[in-house]
Amino acid sequence: MVAKLTTSERQSAAVILLLVALAGIAMAAAGRNEAMGVHGLIVILFAGALLYPVLSAFYAPEPTEDRQASYYDEPIKVGIALAMGWAIFGMFMGVWVAAQLAWPNLHFDGAWSTFGRLRPTHTTGVIFGFGGNALIATSFHVVQRTSRARLAGQVSPWFVLFGYNLFCVLAVTGYILGVTQSKEYAEPEWYADLWLVVVWVTYFLLYIATIARRKEPHIYVANWYFMAFILVVAILHIVNNLALPISWGSAKSYTIWPGVQDAMVQWWYGHNAVAFFLTAGFLGMLYYYLPIRAGRPIFSYRLSILSFWGITFFYMWAGSHHLHYTALPHWVQTLGMTFSVMLLVPSWASAGNALLTLNGAWHQVRDDATLRFMMAAAVFYGISTFEGSFLAIRPVNALSHYTDWTVGHVHAGALGWVALISFGSIYTLVPALWKRERMYSPALIEWHFWLAIAGTLVYIFAMWNSGILQGLMWRTYTEEGTLAYSFLDSLVAMYPYYIARTIGGAMFLLGTAIGCCNIWMTIRLVPATVPEEADLPVKDAVVAGE
Amino acid sequence: MAVEERDPVTGRETTGHEWNGIKELDTPVPRGVLIFLVVTHIWAVAWWFFAPTWPLGSTYTKGLLGIDQRTTVEENLVRAQQARSVWTTRLETEPYETILADQQLMGIVRSTGHQLFGDNCAACHGVDGSGRAGYPDLTDDDWIWGGEPEAIEQTMRVGINTRHPDSRIGQMPAFGRDGILEREHVSNVASYVYSLSNPEYSTPENRERIEAGRTVFADNCAACHGDDATGNREVGAPNLADNRWVYGGDLQTIINSVHGGREGHMPTWDERLSNLDIRTLSLYVYDLGIVGR
Repeated sequence: MVAKLTTSERQSAAVILLLVALAGIAMAAAGRNEAMGVHGLIVILFAGALLYPVLSAFYAPEPTEDRQASYYDEPIKVGIALAMGWAIFGMFMGVWVAAQLAWPNLHFDGAWSTFGRLRPTHTTGVIFGFGGNALIATSFHVVQRTSRARLAGQVSPWFVLFGYNLFCVLAVTGYILGVTQSKEYAEPEWYADLWLVVVWVTYFLLYIATIARRKEPHIYVANWYFMAFILVVAILHIVNNLALPISWGSAKSYTIWPGVQDAMVQWWYGHNAVAFFLTAGFLGMLYYYLPIRAGRPIFSYRLSILSFWGITFFYMWAGSHHLHYTALPHWVQTLGMTFSVMLLVPSWASAGNALLTLNGAWHQVRDDATLRFMMAAAVFYGISTFEGSFLAIRPVNALSHYTDWTVGHVHAGALGWVALISFGSIYTLVPALWKRERMYSPALIEWHFWLAIAGTLVYIFAMWNSGILQGLMWRTYTEEGTLAYSFLDSLVAMYPYYIARTIGGAMFLLGTAIGCCNIWMTIRLVPATVPEEADLPVKDAVVAGE
Repeated sequence: MAVEERDPVTGRETTGHEWNGIKELDTPVPRGVLIFLVVTHIWAVAWWFFAPTWPLGSTYTKGLLGIDQRTTVEENLVRAQQARSVWTTRLETEPYETILADQQLMGIVRSTGHQLFGDNCAACHGVDGSGRAGYPDLTDDDWIWGGEPEAIEQTMRVGINTRHPDSRIGQMPAFGRDGILEREHVSNVASYVYSLSNPEYSTPENRERIEAGRTVFADNCAACHGDDATGNREVGAPNLADNRWVYGGDLQTIINSVHGGREGHMPTWDERLSNLDIRTLSLYVYDLGIVGR
């Protein structure tokens, strides 16, 4: 890795890492009596662990080959490994917290292991750890291949990847230490948030610079989505996390947004995190790996345009549907609801475009579990976007809000869409990256596919049942006009569904573990081959734009 | 330059673009998609006309239906309250004995009380009110502060050992820990108390310590628990002669209670529940006792 960098690039890497380590020392000193001090130590260790390979190869001979003549694939490989590692961690935490809901004693009397602290380690682990690393890795791959150009930086891709993972580590360890700003999906405290801004802006600049170097006249759809993902996540993250720390040495901060405005900003963030992190980014994956795997042209360029602009425009308005029947003014709720419904057709246009692209390749879907992963992902994407628009309708939301139905809906999207498209993409990407003829075992991919599908279905059916039952029990009145059930009654009724949910989640986790083994064996055991067509960037100057 | 080709499967032309092998067809947007798009937009725009939607500086479009969630809630609350008033007024105003004699009204108490008890009391006293160690059983006839509806109501209102000015105060001193009784006396008095509800314990070899304990009891405990140890509801001193226990009736737990003292806590519900809810729950808990008997 380091051997492929020039001396000056090694110097900048070392300087960056030393600065990070200095920041860690400052944090450890300023926050020595606090959780922030622990985070300072973690930052020092993280920077030190990366400094070691940089310094040990510091005086190695400089690379002699022309680096612009090849794609920059090392950060992608590391990104995939990190994504799979986070997947195992995040999904294990998910199964654990699911089990805690059925058997509360599973926190073993620890403060760090209570539901409230572990639950965000699950959501951050899977969304940002697994999803984020998968997005960074695949976006680096897709942008190079569809631009026929190498990434615009040598050090910056590593900075983005490791910097982002440092953020994830600070986030997850923080929750266990009790550090949180109590905003769902934006729990990390101010210093982690500031760090992510630096990393994310670098990511954006790197991506734009790479696109600017493209040797293709047009920008491919997948890159529209990746760019929307990177740009909007930066905006969301900065605005929602504006906060004042109580001191430079404390992990505690207060948001600058007051009262109901805070709630609105938080769910504008939360909903668009779903839209641009969990949807736009993964649509970027879908638009590249599905046609590549199927060997088919995209069904309709016009549908791509319709759905891209529909999604980017309408999603921005829809966040207030998370706050129906609250202190949020009625008019904001109507706006959120109507825009959520108008969002449905652009969303379905993407799912439909993906499925219709498979026309002429359905026999491959039958035989190839990797392509089937992506087909199933498109189906779940269609299901969960329909469900999302449906649940955003106020009277429907009156039943579903605060119940497990929401949890089921989120997992239809997270397991069925985000995770399946990631696995399909990774199974396509791994042999290509490591120059292997195929994955180690197609049978293990089949196992993974069916475990993932079965786990997802068990999970979402359990949560649909449980959520609707819960919602109905909470609104059932006696003949005299008083509530028929206590909250406790509804909790008792949830018990079997909580067990089913744990089983569904465990099946999904098992599938992921099989996937990890398969990837490992592919890299270790499948012999390398020379691809028929050279997978190289175009070097000759083809001017961007026609 | 872009070179359009015809796709053999669909018969469509491509757009002529290609990225690393990926091409796109120039298929027009299907008519069904466009119709569906228009339908969802008509639905949305209709809502904009009927419901409050668009901000206009300091105000917003009110919508033709004139609905607003705040007034809707207020109206619903008033309507529900009116519908319930047929029986709520009676529960709030009539004396307990009148209500207890009215089986129809008591049926309402049972169905309403179930949810109130489940949401407010069950966390400590259990779903069925049978309590657990440290939290008294409400289904038996053994009451610490009195088991009539009026007494139960008072306990609920002011709580036990709370900050309420009229709070019931119940404290069992820590006889052993605070050095009021010697170690041996603690164990003797515990043996005596244990023998009250466990006659088989009064064997010849235990008699001596039981008798010694009886003296300790008379000097130290009888003031609150009574000469015959049947307790005193005025000061919340439990009956020790029956076989019902708040903290447990085995010898070791009794020793623990005498040694370390006890100071239970029941919250005050005066400000947290309405008058109606407190009266309903008083009747409900009283009724639990009857059912349990």
